[in-house]
Order: sequence, then structure tokens, then C-alpha cells
Amino acid sequence: MNKMTAPDETIIKLAVLAVGGQGGGVITDWIVQLAEKNGWYAQATSVPGVAQRTGATIYYIEMVPEAGGTPILSLMPTPGDVDIVLAAELMEAGRAIQRGFVSPDRTTLVTSTHRTLAVIEKVVPGSGIADSSPVLDAAREASKRFLGVDLNQLAAENGSVISASLFGALAGANVLPFAKESFEATIEAGGRGVAASLKAFGAAFDAVQQPEAQGTAVAEAAPDIAPGDGPAEAVAGPESETQAWRALTERVARDFPEDAQPMLLRGLEKVVDFQDVAYGEEYLARMEAAKAVDSDAGGAVRGHAFTIDAAKHLANAMAYDDVIRVADLKTRSARMRRVEKEMGVTPDQVMRVTEFMHPRIEEVCGTLPAGLGGAILKRQRLVDALNRVVNKGRHVRTDTIRWFLLLYLMAGMRRFRRRTLRHRTESAHWEEWLRLAEETVRKDYALGVEVLRCHRLIKGYSDTHARGMSKYDRVLSALPLLAGRDDAADWLRRLIEMALKDEKGEMLDGALKTIETL
Amino acid sequence: MAERSFAKEVEQLRIGAGEEFRGEGILAITKALLECGVAYVAGYQGAPISHLMDVLSDAQDILGELGVHFESSASEAAAAATLAASVHYPIRGAVTFKSTVGTNVASDALANLASGGVKGGALIVVGEDYGEGASIMQERSHAFAMKSQIWLLDPRPNLETITQSVRDGFELSEVSNTPVMLEVRIRACHVHGRFQARDNQRPKMALAEALENPQRDVNRIVLPPASYLHEKEKIEHRWPAAVKFIRERALNERFGPDGAHKVGIVMQGGMYNGVMRALQRLGLADIRGRTDVPLYVLNVTYPLIDDEFLDFARDKESVLVVEEGQPNHIEQAFGAMLHKAGIRTKLFGKDPFPIAGEYTGAVMLDGIRTFIRDNAPGLLSDRDRLPNEPEKPQVPDLSKAVPPRPPGFCTGCPERPIFAAMKLVENELGPHHVAADIGCHLFSILPPFGIGASTMGYGLGPASASAFNVPAEKRVISIMGDGGFWHNGLNSGITNAVFNKHDDVTIIVDNYYSAATGGQDIPSSRAKNRSRSTSHPITDAVKGVGTKWVRHIDRTYDVTKMRDTLKEALTTKEKGPKVIVASSECMLNRQRRERPLLAKAISDGVRSIKPRFGVDEDVCTGDHACMRLSGCPSLSVKVLDDPLRDDPVAAIDETCVGCGNCGEVADAAALCPSFYRADVIHNPNNWDRLVTRLRARVTGWLQERREGKRLNFGARAA
Repeated sequence: MNKMTAPDETIIKLAVLAVGGQGGGVITDWIVQLAEKNGWYAQATSVPGVAQRTGATIYYIEMVPEAGGTPILSLMPTPGDVDIVLAAELMEAGRAIQRGFVSPDRTTLVTSTHRTLAVIEKVVPGSGIADSSPVLDAAREASKRFLGVDLNQLAAENGSVISASLFGALAGANVLPFAKESFEATIEAGGRGVAASLKAFGAAFDAVQQPEAQGTAVAEAAPDIAPGDGPAEAVAGPESETQAWRALTERVARDFPEDAQPMLLRGLEKVVDFQDVAYGEEYLARMEAAKAVDSDAGGAVRGHAFTIDAAKHLANAMAYDDVIRVADLKTRSARMRRVEKEMGVTPDQVMRVTEFMHPRIEEVCGTLPAGLGGAILKRQRLVDALNRVVNKGRHVRTDTIRWFLLLYLMAGMRRFRRRTLRHRTESAHWEEWLRLAEETVRKDYALGVEVLRCHRLIKGYSDTHARGMSKYDRVLSALPLLAGRDDAADWLRRLIEMALKDEKGEMLDGALKTIETL
Repeated sequence: MAERSFAKEVEQLRIGAGEEFRGEGILAITKALLECGVAYVAGYQGAPISHLMDVLSDAQDILGELGVHFESSASEAAAAATLAASVHYPIRGAVTFKSTVGTNVASDALANLASGGVKGGALIVVGEDYGEGASIMQERSHAFAMKSQIWLLDPRPNLETITQSVRDGFELSEVSNTPVMLEVRIRACHVHGRFQARDNQRPKMALAEALENPQRDVNRIVLPPASYLHEKEKIEHRWPAAVKFIRERALNERFGPDGAHKVGIVMQGGMYNGVMRALQRLGLADIRGRTDVPLYVLNVTYPLIDDEFLDFARDKESVLVVEEGQPNHIEQAFGAMLHKAGIRTKLFGKDPFPIAGEYTGAVMLDGIRTFIRDNAPGLLSDRDRLPNEPEKPQVPDLSKAVPPRPPGFCTGCPERPIFAAMKLVENELGPHHVAADIGCHLFSILPPFGIGASTMGYGLGPASASAFNVPAEKRVISIMGDGGFWHNGLNSGITNAVFNKHDDVTIIVDNYYSAATGGQDIPSSRAKNRSRSTSHPITDAVKGVGTKWVRHIDRTYDVTKMRDTLKEALTTKEKGPKVIVASSECMLNRQRRERPLLAKAISDGVRSIKPRFGVDEDVCTGDHACMRLSGCPSLSVKVLDDPLRDDPVAAIDETCVGCGNCGEVADAAALCPSFYRADVIHNPNNWDRLVTRLRARVTGWLQERREGKRLNFGARAA
């Protein structure tokens, strides 16, 4: 058959994947203008509508050198047939790969490596943040050329938005046959926020040309603590206190195994910051007992995992969140400075700060001497009556002297803390928990460590705290059933994981049912 | 005022003959309407034609100059009924809406219009919301055209052809006395392209002229016996007239080699670019329109022109019909034509193509390659002929790695606190049956809220809960937006509930706009609008139809009040419908309006306050309870550089608009005290400075006093 068609002319096919609200439309318009100015015919399409309300969106552009008439171009990208993919967020790059728009034989993939978390990643009670590394690996593997830079940060640093830095990255990738100046002229023609856009553009243009632009993983979980990561360098305070602090740190260095020392120092810092040096002594005393049990149970060959986890979770347990703690944290000078920095307050501006607090009678009684607080809480009608006065949302202006003073005085109740109802409840609870862990670790080392880790489930305030306690109790309710099994520690670890998956602990209950049938 | 302003783009509507138009598809359609001397345009917003309404709205000056009347109709039914002006008068008119949902609503008027027929050209521009990016049930508008015998245009998706179809549409409508539907798909509506403009035309007959010289023709009114005559007239006169026009004007196009051929492809015009791309990839076509495969392109998909098709098919061994969506009306009709004509050409369509679903690039390539491979393998290269070659390159499986990202409430959305309050009520009173509706509020169905069980149509939330008005321990809750309320919900929802003595609860989400469609004004909008009458309170309307229990919450961010009001509605002894109107302005629109003003005020040195929320990360315990009541894009989690903490903590980024939801929710749910609002005062006055200095001196002294007595670890432990 006699063919009359010419082979494919040069068509550049470019897809932009973004999260709704990121300005995908802006960069699409820029690319069209850029192409047209350089004598190319450009066709762009998008699928706006409700999809743009914070959801994943896609824009698609095809361009060919101008040759008169209307070239017949596609209105949508086809898997295996895209030259350039621009992704304004890392998981959107992943989505482009998933949809087949990134091919190893032709596609240049330019992505921002920052994460904008999806709702399902945020609502998990534990950590629901998706792991970036499979996407970064796939990005390198699936593309002909991969360029990844945190374009969001580059934009923010230059007072601009991601469309500008993404445009800069596109220019820097050197995949379009247009000069850098032409890109810049396109931004200038837009006429809005030009200076900042150009700065972000330039920063991204340079950044993608660095060797590091091959993409680095972002931090996922809490970083491992490095041995030798000592106490905070800057410890300020009265001489007597700093001396006592040094004595404590020396005690850590002297009495505890080396592998557990970094965590102990961090824990020590937390409890001393929470209360005082004497509290730190209590912490170390309790930790020495735990360490002794650990050594007896053969902790030396297990890297003293029991001591390390006890150091971590006991510090968290001892630094519980009571009214005094919250008042203390909210009235520190460092906190005000941090807020000002976060809000970007300049010297010619002033700031007002409103806190949102909702104390309930439980919190108030927790701060009273144990006998009094306990007595009130036993009288339901009294509790109800007091709740009517106490239990309401309060908008507290901590920048005003009145409210600041109130919180300041509450924070000052620190010195009575050991006598409060809350302290009695908390200390009884952590003693019971440690005792259980120590008892367990003697029989099953790994299981004992997992018992310690159950403490992670207790967090939050009011209802959330109650739910955390309930999960903690439910997880530990499986302990008698598991004791003696080879895989007991595995099971307990899995139960903790399940408990952190949903709010009410439905998955946990499912797992507990399974255990009953073992 | 709509979300997107076309004030700059509409200037292109003024250009005349000899000039080139460059821009989006819907803007091009608007330009073509003006070039056709249209006298009135009406419509109802909804993707993908929302911008058509926005363009018209922003173009009122130009429309005024040309004497074109523009209506933002109350519903698609109202829009379609507007075309009645073209029944007795030689006046051209156009209406537009989203389809098929809008066509569903409009079909009463459309059927009546089609029965009596029209004298002036009547064009219905439907945005076919089908395939990726669509927000509605997946159906075709085609059946509407068939059932009422309205002619259906489906032009090739480039601006030249689309604008030509507008011109052809009016003429076709006039020569056949039939309304014409112009179908444009999502991407065609938004495609950026070019066409050669013509001069705008004033209407041949002004509406005022018609009004002052009224005419009526009883035979055009749908009333027996005329209605019987109409059916005959459609078949005996209007159809043949349309066929003659379509054939003589060659509205359908043929491309590629003439004469006998192994294969040929017939397609809806809208499919043309997709077909061409598949052929390009198979080496059988180029981007300049040359093709080795004969093509018959239906820019008119109803009526079909039997002779044209049979002429095309007669000398082909096999013909493929590329027809997106189902049922495959066109393929079935062609099959019948071939059968009746006794032609043995093989017909393909929904095999090799899948019966359901969008014809994406991959589907198109697969379908056409299979068809040609099976019927004309000689056309293909060895690579495309080889059956066992791996079809697609290996794509790494990221299905578990990439989290889904459905649309949701925007940062600062006033609807978020409504659903947070509902969630709190659910925790107290247990789950309820919630009938949802169409609008942004439908996002409540998704995480984190998971509220809403059904959606039965725009403004039909309360109506869809009607059956549940029986004595029970719980009341049914329904939700309706202000857009849906004015569209039909006042009647189908509220009046219906009053009349039928419902004992239910309806929440009307009033965000001052038809927000989901792009922020168009509606009767209860509060902004000043020079061409529309606004500021008609929903509460007045609700009371006006007889509702007794009405509560108005004028700040949805007051979660506590919202929660308590809903609880009251669910538990009160009072019988009858309970209506809560929850009002706060759509944040997207509010920001669009206020942000430039604030920026200007700050740069002009005017004292201005910019609120933003923050989280004290040392107070936050990382339980994420706040996220489960929010889902705000600006409220996220971050991993701390602290080995003592296992779970990430809450963090608010700089996109926060300070709506207040975080603080209110923390309040109402007694969550945690980690949220704070920082109000930064730009260009503070002397009093601000003095007070700040004084306070700082006192608090600073107190802090110094305490911090001098204790150990301070700097930022790490704090």
C-alpha cells in the first residue's frame, strides 16, 4: 500500500501533575506563552472543576514548530508517550509513574521532592506518612532523566510560589529548545510578583543542575540517635543547678552501658526540664533498677534494648502533660521567640497570641493536692456543678499581662507538683507498667521490651487520652495469652501497630480476637 | 463574583474579521455566539462550562453594546425554557449547562421546545462531563437528542471546527425549525487554541421589538391536537430539512484516501484528535491531517446521514465506529443501515473497544491497532503487527506507595467546621442517616469526616431523605448547599418537608456563592452585583414556606454553637422540619477578594492584622485527633528531630488563612491546648507599640526571674 503520510514531526509532549491549588494553571499558561513566543504552536488542556479542590490534577501541553494551519494534537497524555513530566509534589511524580507517563526511553521527570501530605496520611493516630523512597527509586528507574529538588522550599525561600520554581527547574533541565532569557521574559510579561518569581526561578534553575538533584529522600521516621549525641551544649542556669546537672550526666556516663547513654541523657534532659534536678535523680534511680534487671536478663548481648526503651518511655511518662506543664511551656521566653520566628514577625510589626484552652474539672483536680482532688472527683454532683464553671473553651491572650501572669503562676505550682493528684496517678501508673515490663523481661526479653513500648499508646488530652489508655489496657490484656509463646513479642508489636492505625482501635480489637483463637 | 476573572480575556471578544483569536475553548464559543448575532444567552454554571457563564458574566459590557441579553438562570430548566423566545420570533438564542445532569433538569423544557419547534436559531451548548475530571454519573447526552429529536453536533475538538459548528448550528436550527445541541467535552472546553475571528453581529431582531409586537402561532404550542402534528412534522419536514442541510453543507467530513479500501474509521467529531494520535503512533497519519486510513468524521452525530455512511462503508471491507460511552447508539444505527441496504461490510465498534469507559490515549491506540491488525495487517509495521510483543513498558508498582489524593475542602473552608461539629454530635448521639447533596459539601463523604450516605441530585438532599420520616428513635439529617437550595431545594426539599409534615433536620450550607461551580452569585449572595439582585436571606425563604423551627448560625467556625444547635435539632420535642442555616463566606472567594486589599493596605502603611494559627510542638502529643476533625491542607504533621518521640506532631504551614477552625475544634472537642493564633499587626500604631513594649517588659522580667533560677536547655527540651 502506498503510504502518503510523513513520519512523526517533532512534537514535544509535556504533562504537569500538581495538587489542586498549587498553581498548575499558571505554569501551563507560561509554557504556552513561552512556546508561542518562540514560534511554536502550543495546545494545552486541563481538567479543572471540583478535582482542583486540593485533589490531584493534571495539565497537558503539546507543542510543534509553527508551520501554518492547525496541527492535530492530542488532548490527553498517553502512557509511554510523554517527553517531559513536571510534578509539583513527590507523590504526584509517583502518580505520573503509576499512570505510565514516565518512560525510561524518553521521559525527563522533573519533580519537587517535598511532600504535601494527603488526608489519609494525617489522620492516622500513629505515623501514617507514606515512605518516599519507593517513589524516588521508581522515579530514577522509570525515567530517562530524573531531576528532583525541593522546589517548594526554594519557592518559599525566595518569597514566591512553586509554579515559579517549577518553571525554573524546567528551564534548568534544558529539555525545551528555548533560552533561559525567554523563560524569564515570560514571567516578566505576567506582571505579578515578578521579582520574587524570578528569584525562585533562578534558584531552581541552578539547583536542578547540581549533582544532588538526582533526588534525596526526605526524613521519614524519628532519626536514630547517634552514639555520642550528648546533652544539649547550652545548659544555662544558676551555678548550683548546673553543677547538680553535671553530676547527673557523670552518673549516666559512669553507671550505665555506653549504648544506652545517649537516650538516657535525652530522657534526663526532658524530666529535669519538666520538673527539677531532683526529679532527674529520681529518674536515674528508677533507671538504675531497670538497668539491673536488664543486665540480669542478658541485656548486654541485646544492646541493652530494655534499658534504652525504658529510658525513652519513662522520660515521656514522667514528663506527663498536666496544667502546670502546659502553662510552663506557654510562658517561656524561648517559646515566644519561636512563635515570632515562625510567624516571620519583623521588628516593625507586633504580635498578639491567643491560646485555645479547654480545661475540665479532671485537669483542675489533677493539680490539687492528691487528697483534696480525689475527694472532689468522688462526688459526682460536685463535679458536675464545678464543671459548669470550669468546663468551657477559653481563649487566652498570653501576650497580655493578666493572662500571662495567670499562666505564669500556674507554672509556678511546679514546686507542689509531687503532691498533686495527677502526679500520684501518673507515678502509680508508670510504676505498675515498669514492674510488669521487668517481670516480663526476665522470662522473655523481647516481650519485655514490647511491654515498655506499649507506653507509646498513651498520649493526647481528655477523650483522646482516655482512648489511649484504653488501647494500652487492651493491648496489655493480651499479655497473659501471649506469655510463653515464641512469637509473643512479635504479636505484641503487631498489636501496638494495629492500635495506632485507627482512632477507636477497631483494628486492634480484630487482632485481639485473632489472638484469642491462637 | 466568580472564582476566576475573565476580565482580561473577554477583551478578545471584541476582535473582528482578519484578527486571530487565541484562548480557551469556551471563550471561543462565546465569541462565535456573538459573531452569529445571538440575541440572548442563558445558562446554569457547572464544570466544564462554568467558565462559559463566567466569561459571559465578565463580558456584560460587550454584550450590552451588542444588545445581547444574558441571564444567570435559576436552574438548567429555567435556562432551557428561555429558548421559548425563539419559538415565535426569528431571534437567535443560546443556553448552556453541564450535561448530563443539567440536561436531566432541563429535559422538560427541551422536550416541549423540540415538539413545537423553533423559528429563530436555538442552540444548547452542553458541557459533556464524561471521563477523567468528571464529577457526575457517567452517561451520554446523546439519548436526550434522540428522544426529543434535537440535532446533536459533536465537532472536532479544535477552535476552528468548534466555532464553525456554532455558526452551522444556528443555520441548521433555522432551516429545520429544530433546536440544536452542541456537545463539547471537558478537555475541548479548556483547550487552548486559535481561530480566525469574524465581526460580531447585532441580533437581526431585538427582543424589545418582539415584545412590542407580540406574535403567536397556535400550531407551535404543545397542546393537542398540535402536539400530534408536531410528531409527524418532526419526521416529515424537519428531519429531511436537517439531512439536506447537513449533506449540502458537508458538516460531516471525510479524510484520507478515497475509493475502495480494506478499512475505514467512522468517529464522533470529538474523538478525531484521539483517533489521529493513535494513527500517528501507528505510522498511518501525521499531525497535518494526512492519513492512510479513510476517515468519516461525524461533526453531527444526530441525525445520522444514511447515504453518507453507506457511501463510505460500501467499498470498505471493515469499518470501525469510534463512539465513546454507552449505549452505542451510533454503531447500532449503522448496523441497521448496512443490514437494510444489504451491504456486507463488517462493522466493528464496542469490540475491539471496551463497552464502558473513556477512550483514553491508551484505549484508543489499543482499539485501533487491534482493528487494523485484524483487518488490514499490511498497513502496520512489523512491530505493531507482532501480537506477542509486550504492550507497555514495565511500570514499577506504586499502588501501595502513592496515597490517593481526592479533592477536599480548601484551606479555611467554612464547611469544615460544620462537619467537625457533626462528627462531635455523632460521637455523642451515635451515627445518623445523612442524606448528602451536590456541592463542595459532598467532600464530607471522604476522610476524615466520612459523613453522608447518598447523593440524589442537585438540591435534592432533603427530598432524598423523605422516606425516612417515620417514628423512630433517631431523626434523619440532610444537607443542602445554598446553590442547590435556590436551584430547586427550597421547593423539593423545604416546602415538601413542611407540606408532608416531616420531622427531620436539614442543614443548609450557605457560603454566599454557588461555590463548587466556581463561585457564581446566587440570590443569597452578599456581595454587591451590579447586574443581579442579591442579599435575599435563605432563612426568610425557609420561613416563608412555613418552616417554624429555623436556626441561623452566622459564623460556621463557631463549632460549639454548631454542635449544640444540631444536637438541639436532633433532640427537641418539637415536631416538624428543623432547618439550620449555617453561613460563612467561601474562603476561596473571600481570599480572592480580601488578599489583594490586605496586601495593598499593608504596603500603603495602613494598620492591618494578619492572623495565622500555629502548634506548640512540645505540647502536641502526636495523637492527630485534630486532623481527624479537620483535613485542612495547611494542617499537617511533621517528624521531630527527637528520639524520645515516636509519632509525628501537628504543624501548620504558611498557607494557613487563620479561619479559626483549629482553635474552635480544640475548644469544642476539648482536644489539646497546643493550638495558638498569632495575630501579626502590620504597620502598628503608637498605642500598639506602647502596649507591646509594656507587656514585654513585664513578661520579660517574670521570665528572666524564673529562668534565672532553673536549668534551661534551650530549644531542644522545650
